[in-house]
Parts: sequence; structure tokens; C-alpha cells
Amino acid sequence: MSAHVLRIGQALASLAVFVVAWKLLTVLTGTPAYILPAPEVVAERGARAIGSGLLWDHAAATVVEVILGFAAGATAGVLVGVALGKSMLVERVLSPYIVAAQAVPILALAPLLDIWFGGGLLARVLVCALIVFFPIAIATMVGVRSADPLLREMLRSLGATPGQVTRRLEIPSALPVIFGGLRVGVTLSVIGAVVAEWVSASIGLGVLINIADQGLFDTPLMFVALAALAIIGLAFYGLVVLVERRLVQSA
Amino acid sequence: MSRGTGHEAQASAEGGLAVRLDGVRHVFQGARGELVALDGLDLEVPAGSFTVVIGPNGCGKSTLLRLVAGLLAPAAGTVRLGGGEAAAAPRAGDGRVGLAFQQPRLLPWLTVLDNVALPLALAGAPAAERRAPAERRARAERALARVGLAHAGGLRPRELSGGMAQRAGLARALIGDPSVLLLDEPFSALDALTREAFDDELQRLWMERPRTVIMVTHSVPEAVRLADRIVVMTARPGSVAAVLPVRLPRPRPVQPTAEATEVDQGVRATLAEVGPTEVEAWSEEAAG
Repeated sequence: MSAHVLRIGQALASLAVFVVAWKLLTVLTGTPAYILPAPEVVAERGARAIGSGLLWDHAAATVVEVILGFAAGATAGVLVGVALGKSMLVERVLSPYIVAAQAVPILALAPLLDIWFGGGLLARVLVCALIVFFPIAIATMVGVRSADPLLREMLRSLGATPGQVTRRLEIPSALPVIFGGLRVGVTLSVIGAVVAEWVSASIGLGVLINIADQGLFDTPLMFVALAALAIIGLAFYGLVVLVERRLVQSA
Repeated sequence: MSRGTGHEAQASAEGGLAVRLDGVRHVFQGARGELVALDGLDLEVPAGSFTVVIGPNGCGKSTLLRLVAGLLAPAAGTVRLGGGEAAAAPRAGDGRVGLAFQQPRLLPWLTVLDNVALPLALAGAPAAERRAPAERRARAERALARVGLAHAGGLRPRELSGGMAQRAGLARALIGDPSVLLLDEPFSALDALTREAFDDELQRLWMERPRTVIMVTHSVPEAVRLADRIVVMTARPGSVAAVLPVRLPRPRPVQPTAEATEVDQGVRATLAEVGPTEVEAWSEEAAG
């Protein structure tokens, strides 16, 4: 318990140091608020944005995209990763396309998806899913291949079908690596949501940043949106780590 | 040691053959080309006998077991399980054969009990078996009790000592009550004392319920302690150099009797004739 308190204390201390350094930077350099607002200015702007419901509306839209995109991308990533890991043929046929799709910047693909899927939630979720897919698929493939060949032979000697080998050996032994992919993937999903919102959306934190930037020159509001994105990313990352602790036995 | 009556548990009490290999050849395709592991191997294993296979390193002992388990198919020749009309090629996981390895090979994310019950949950087991988890658990508990692990079912494999893990592996091999038990140097990773205790238990288990056992070992004393018949193999490509019967009363003690010492010397002499144990150029582990 005291270790837990200590960890929270450390996190709070590091946050305090960050805020103080930020404040000092604005005071010492005399940077104007439209370039680098002081922490209390951002806090005040944040309080107003929360009070008016503005931040909630935009954040909720982004959170929905992040969740749906991550769920779709992670599911597809694990399924395709297993297929890639189990079959050399599948890997030879599919991997060039998967790598090529990953090599094209998501910012360049988003407008195309927007045209194809009609600029709605679906298009934005797909942008998230696409960016989430790759690290999880690759992690799963590597994890599935790394299953102990001695355990493989043991299962084969007991007459396990390929499906049973996947369920009983390959997925469990790939789990730590898959969760590595999920950790990366969930933060990428936040990036995907913002990119998709920039391309086409009327609501979301990405939209809020655009409004604050181009319409209002409201730099403190931009900082509020950035902070909200950071908190969303941290929260989902933490959630993945929590699930990982539940499912993966530390050997 | 009160168990047993020193009865002569001689081979082929039930008559018939459990395993028969004819002209078996096996070839591994390796990075450095072909490796002929076995060639022209003929072997008959009487039902109910305890057969120990011994021979130089890399002579294909493990390969022989994998052929009998149906994990490998011979490049030439035939492998048959069962005698007479019923004889058929082995098929991995059909329940006729139980295989225990040099390493315990337990799934680390399952409890010991679930590991032991695993064979009953896989495709090889009858469908009714797979649908009855309670029955599976009960059988796994009985199998664990037989190998002296009655209270370890709830543990994870990483919580077991090497010897306990190896017992769990043996329980898993025995749970389906296979007619043929294959043991691939099951105790070679254990220290000498644990190993002796193990040999003792294996002998007891076999005397309680004689079944066909084929065991691979590097240890001549172990072979003499356990075997009805000792199969001495030639260096690679492996084939059978000699089959030496061991007619000693059971249970056999740890300290070899004068007769046992005599048999031991006979086996060593035969091994010496087979030729010097060659240096491992390509381990069986890598090949298999």
C-alpha cells in the first residue's frame, strides 16, 4: 500500500515540477500568451471550457472514435497477425500490402478514406483502425512464431489440431508481445482520431484545435485540447496496462 | 520396500506384439544437407514388455520414439502399433501412445492439474471426454496421485521443482491409459538421487500395471534396473545392434546385485562393440 502511495506521490511531484518549469519559462522569457500561455491561464481557460460543456462535447466525440477505431484495428490486427504467423504463404502474399499501407502516411490516406466512406464516423474510425492495425498485427505475428517448438511438438503428440495449437499455445505465449503492440496501438488511435478530425469532422478535439487556431487565435484553448488528448491517451494506455496485468502472468 | 513379490515380470506375458518396425529408414533434411538418422532398423516389441533403448549419441533413439508416436513418418519401411490383424500405423494423439519427454514441457499458463488433463481436452480424445470437464479433473487428480503429486494440482509449473515437473509430465503421458508408454530420457536432467527415486517409482508404476514401455536412456545402470530387454543401437545411421534380455527378479534394488552387475558388463561390452560414442556433430534435439 505504501508503495502505491509512493508511486502516486512521485507522479504528482513530477507533474508539479513540470508546471513550475512551464511557469518559469513564461515568466523568464516574457513570452506572450498567444504563443505560450502560462499554466494558470490554461487552467482558467480549461475550467471555462468544461463549465460551458464545450470540452466535454469535443472530447466525447474523439473518445468514441478512439475506442471504436482501436477495437476494430486491434481485432483485425490480432486475427491477421495469427494468420501471418501461422502461414508463410499468407505472409508472403499479404505482408507487402500491409507494409505499403503502413508506409503511406496516414495523413495522406485520410482524405481518400473520407471520400470513400462519406466523411462520417465510419471514415474516422477507419483512419484510427488503420493506424492501430499494423503494430498489433506485426506483434501478434512475431509472438505466434515465437511459441516454444518443444511445446508445439508436445501438443502435436497429443493430437492437437492447428486451431487448438493456436488457442492453447500460440495465443497465450504471444500475449506479452501482443500487449506490447496494444500499448503502442492505443496511443496511435488517438493520433488517428485527430488526423481524421482535421480532414473532415464538425466535432472532436482535433476540430477544437483547428477552431482555436484559425478562428479564434485562442492559444490557451489549444493547450486545453492538447492536454485533453494527452489525458485520453494516458487513460487508455493505463487501461491496456491494467488488462495486461490481469491476463499476462509474470513468469 | 514392501511392494511387489519379486515376481518374474517377463515380457510377452500377453503374447503378441505391441510395436513392430520393419526396415525403417529416416532422413532429416538439414541446412547442411541430408542426415540419415535411421537405416534398416528392425525391431519387435512384445506387448507388456519394458524395453530400454540405449546407444551412442545421435544414433536416432529419439527419432525411433517419434516414429512410434506417429510424430514422424519413416522415409522407408513400416511402423506398426498393435499385433496381428489390429496392427496399424501410429497416429499422433489417438490415445494408444503416451509420450514423456526429456523436458517436462508443461504449459506455463495452466495449473499442473490442467496440464495433466490436457490430453483429454484435445482433439485426440473421444468427444464425450472433451465434454466432461469434471470427469477430466477427477482423472487428472488420480493421475497426479499415482506419481506422488496429489497435492500439487493447483500449482503452476514454475512453482514445481525439476523432479516434480517431470512427474507431472509423466502423469500427463499416463492419463489416457495408453497401451504403449514412450519415455525419451525422462530423467536425464535430474540429479542422481532424484533419478534413482524416479527409477524406483517407474518400476513400481509398471509393476502395478504392466504395459508396453519403450524408454530411451544413456545410463546403463538405469537400463539394467528397469528393462526386460535392452535394445543396443548402432552409431548413425542407427539400427538395432543387439537385443539383450534382462532376466532379473523385481523389484530391483538401487544397489545392483551380482547378477545385475553381470548384465551391466554385458551391455557395456556390446556398446563397446558398436563402436566409440561419436562426438555430437548434430544433436538429435536439433534434428528432431
